[in-house]
Amino acid sequence: MSAVLIVAEHDGQTLHTGVARVASCGLAIGADRLDVAVLGRDCGDVAQQAAQIEGVSRVLCLDRGENANPLAAVQAPQIAALAGIGYSHVLGPSTTFGKDLMPRVAALLGVPQVSDIMSVEGERRFKRPIYAGNAVLTVEAPAEHIVVGTARLASWPAAAEGGEAAIEEAQTDAELPDHTSWLELKSAESERPDLQSASVVVSGGRALGSSENFSLLYDLADRLGAAVGASRAAVDAGYVSNDMQVGQTGKIIAPDLYFAIGISGAIQHLTGIKDAGVIVAINKDPEAPIFEIADIGLVGDLFAIVPEIQAAVEGS
Amino acid sequence: MRKILVTLKRVVDYNVRVRVKPDGSGVAVEGLKMSVNPFDEIALEEALRMRERGEAGEILAVTIGGDECQQQLRTGLAMGADRALLVKCEGEVEPLAAAGILLEVIRREEPDIVIMGKQAIDDDCNQTGQMLATLWGRPQATFASEVKLNGDTARVTREVDAGLETLEVRLPAVITTDLRLNEPRYIKLPDIMKARRKPLETLEADDMGLTAPPALKALAYEPPEQRQKGVVVEDVPALMGMLRERGFLN
Ligand SMILES: Cc1cc2nc3c(=O)[nH]c(=O)nc-3n(C[C@@H](O)[C@H](O)[C@H](O)COP(=O)(O)OP(=O)(O)OC[C@H]3O[C@@H](n4cnc5c(N)ncnc54)[C@H](O)[C@@H]3O)c2cc1C
Ligand SMILES: Cc1cc2nc3c(=O)[nH]c(=O)nc-3n(C[C@H](O)[C@H](O)[C@H](O)COP(=O)(O)OP(=O)(O)OC[C@H]3O[C@@H](n4cnc5c(N)ncnc54)[C@H](O)[C@@H]3O)c2cc1C
Repeated sequence: MSAVLIVAEHDGQTLHTGVARVASCGLAIGADRLDVAVLGRDCGDVAQQAAQIEGVSRVLCLDRGENANPLAAVQAPQIAALAGIGYSHVLGPSTTFGKDLMPRVAALLGVPQVSDIMSVEGERRFKRPIYAGNAVLTVEAPAEHIVVGTARLASWPAAAEGGEAAIEEAQTDAELPDHTSWLELKSAESERPDLQSASVVVSGGRALGSSENFSLLYDLADRLGAAVGASRAAVDAGYVSNDMQVGQTGKIIAPDLYFAIGISGAIQHLTGIKDAGVIVAINKDPEAPIFEIADIGLVGDLFAIVPEIQAAVEGS
Repeated sequence: MRKILVTLKRVVDYNVRVRVKPDGSGVAVEGLKMSVNPFDEIALEEALRMRERGEAGEILAVTIGGDECQQQLRTGLAMGADRALLVKCEGEVEPLAAAGILLEVIRREEPDIVIMGKQAIDDDCNQTGQMLATLWGRPQATFASEVKLNGDTARVTREVDAGLETLEVRLPAVITTDLRLNEPRYIKLPDIMKARRKPLETLEADDMGLTAPPALKALAYEPPEQRQKGVVVEDVPALMGMLRERGFLN
């Protein structure tokens, strides 16, 4: 008998697409009860969206001023308090939100955390990647303790929509700290699809050489309805913003189609795209490691090839 | 002057590709090049810069592990840490246990800031800093790409999925580093000589009177599913043809 509590990530208006993926992980555990906790202020819309995820039993709303912005130190005591009322598992997404928050929940509950769950082998048995995905470890969480984990989003399909879970107000008497203040969030404005849920992603590396040259990729992406990603080298060089980094220390993604353009294929980058459907690599070096894992490779100068692809796509 | 505690974890060097042992009992790490976790080097670099700006005094480098970890502490001392502490502990130390040990070190040392890596590149757990902050009852600012100290607060810019988030935390606090916080300095030979004379203290974890928290059990290790090497096409029309064949771009 398991009862799973999922912590919802959201921006105040929209539920993060990862929550439906975490729900799949919860269902794989065999949850008899699958509840979603939404912490926020005036977050009725978010609760509505969570209620529509197939398989969710209840949505618990913790609506209070302190929850206006997501602060791990403020959310963790509330989630730990909720978890204490009969849950066997507490799950969050393996995003920067979940990575920041869930270890705090685990520490409050005095249990270890299972990071990046990629498959469920039993109620307390999970597979997770280690060494930048070079090995997969099966771990077992200790018996008679609540299980705290994060789900590796690229490993889980989104649970279907169409649910009609009840939405309830919830309260906890957890004491909340005031030692942390939220000041601001700077997001790169983009009309393009979200990198973590896009079905096509066009990524560029150091070879692009400048932020201006990245417009080649933006143009192609817009034509394909794709999101744009980047290697760490491209981010470090300042060509694009940090939220576009794909890899071990960036985003782990699983689009149906991934273009790696002028990216060498360092292990830390490959970790981020292992679950992509079809990987296309464009690189002028035929020995580049990216060709070892690419489904379709094309050797040559990206500055000649990308415009040619653009023309071919526009011509069709 | 603010006192800073930095943690340094010994890990397989990031350039080395590890393999799972054929019998699935673990990852073959014997004989591989070991280094300081890259995120921890960034943590130490940040502490050194704070000291150079006159914002910090003593810097203590701490690691938990076997005697072999002295090597990484010596690296830390050569980079510029003032003192090093090895908490000796055999076998695996999971993040929650590591956090418990570090809390005990904090009680003895009373640092104003603890700077740690956001994740160790071996287990990729990304937990220890957050757990330590929680056990300590103090704020955390994870995935830092910029840290500004001002009196008893730190203003920290964090790399989050949606962009850059800024928090203000009251000290003492735990800060964990992201890659773009700084670029660690190279160690020069004279620094290595100097480091030999700096104090490196050893404590036994067993003597700390801690009870081991519940732990995960490692059942099996396996190599990841390999992607098959695909085909190399001649030109763009061939690429477009293959993509259409597979149902894309139609
Ligand atoms: C089930 C299981 C089985 C394991 N099996 C093995 C094994 O067979 N062999 C093996 O060698 N290891 C093994 N480990 C590794 C384990 O001991 C890790 O060191 C521990 O889980 C910490 O994880 P992490 O380093 O990824 O933590 P993270 O939370 O990713 O680390 C973040 C930061 O915490 C600090 N930190 C963490 N640990 C230390 C430390 N010891 N000293 C100083 N600073 C530290 C560093 O600053 C680091 O950057 C196993 C772990 C688990 C969970
Ligand atoms: C702890 C740690 C974590 C890391 N995390 C990440 C991560 O999350 N994500 C990540 O991406 N990296 C990460 N890295 C960095 C990683 O190791 C590589 O340095 C990085 O991925 C390299 O980026 P790149 O492929 O763009 O650049 P390079 O390796 O410099 O490759 C550029 C490629 O472009 C090709 N090229 C050059 N000119 C042209 C042209 N005109 N046309 C076509 N091809 C051309 C070259 O042949 C080369 O293969 C991490 C590293 C460390 C140490």
